[in-house]
Amino acid sequence: MSVDVHRATADPFTLGGRTFGSRLIMGTGGAPSHQVLADALRASGTALTTVALRRLDPSAAGSVLDVIRALHIEVLPNTAGCYTAREAVALAKLAREALETDWIKLEVIGDERTLFPDPVELLDAAEELVDDGFTVLPYCGDDPVIARRLAQVGCAAVMPLGAPIGSGAGIRNPYNLRIILEQAEVPIILDAGIGTASHAAQAMEMGCAAVLCASAVTRAQDPVLMGAAMAEAVSAGRKAFLAGRIAERLYADASSPDYGRPDLTG
Amino acid sequence: MTITITVNGAPSEVPDDTTVADVVATLGHDPSLPGVAAAVDGTVVRRATWRDAVLADGVRVEVLTAVQGGDR
Repeated sequence: MSVDVHRATADPFTLGGRTFGSRLIMGTGGAPSHQVLADALRASGTALTTVALRRLDPSAAGSVLDVIRALHIEVLPNTAGCYTAREAVALAKLAREALETDWIKLEVIGDERTLFPDPVELLDAAEELVDDGFTVLPYCGDDPVIARRLAQVGCAAVMPLGAPIGSGAGIRNPYNLRIILEQAEVPIILDAGIGTASHAAQAMEMGCAAVLCASAVTRAQDPVLMGAAMAEAVSAGRKAFLAGRIAERLYADASSPDYGRPDLTG
Repeated sequence: MTITITVNGAPSEVPDDTTVADVVATLGHDPSLPGVAAAVDGTVVRRATWRDAVLADGVRVEVLTAVQGGDR
């Protein structure tokens, strides 16, 4: 059995009681067209992709749902655009109606410039939605306390940001992410701020169960190629994590033996 | 007799026996198919009840579907 096949069966990605064939969750915002989106999603190998809920526009051509489902990818609605728990809960219920799923990617924004989540409204919404039978995947700040609280109210995963949405800055606070990972009781999925492949690999090497990536792929100059890059980065990072890396040292640790060194002095 | 309701933010004059299903159909979606959700005055209306949900004068109807997007 090849290493890859062995790993795939021995290292399944389970989330909310389901198993997914990819640890790369994709977003759809920012893709220049449905065709580009379709090609990028295919290249990414993703099994789960998020969509927003907006007013039905009779003049819109085609549906993003058709794009995603044609690729046999699971659709995950989000509450993008919500600033209060009340809005997010209402939108989640509408998403459940529209898409016939009780999974929700919960986003409650607290600041328009940073798009950082509002932890108070977020926790309120998460608790209410969990009580209403939703499988809640909340986007949160890189704060170990909010991460713990969200897991305690019953969220299926916790999704801390690496950096502001769309910033492409990667993991701004790896120390906080490490603490979140150490204390995790549910899968930790890095969400927001990924800019390129190495960021995704870094998140996976640190121990994230998965990453969510949108702008880095949809707004790349070549979204299809970046989608493929992200797939490989997530896979490489996961293998590195499972392989058990060497410790980081300040000084050298010679890899060649001292025994058997020749005396070549004149 | 007609009433005035708001549909996706725009005022609309409609017959007084208009249902949620009628509004959804007007927006180009077959009300019997999934993929769309509706709320009246902020409260979700289950698709199974759309054909019976007659709208009152002055209500705000929101009809939503999935689109590309996220806060990222």
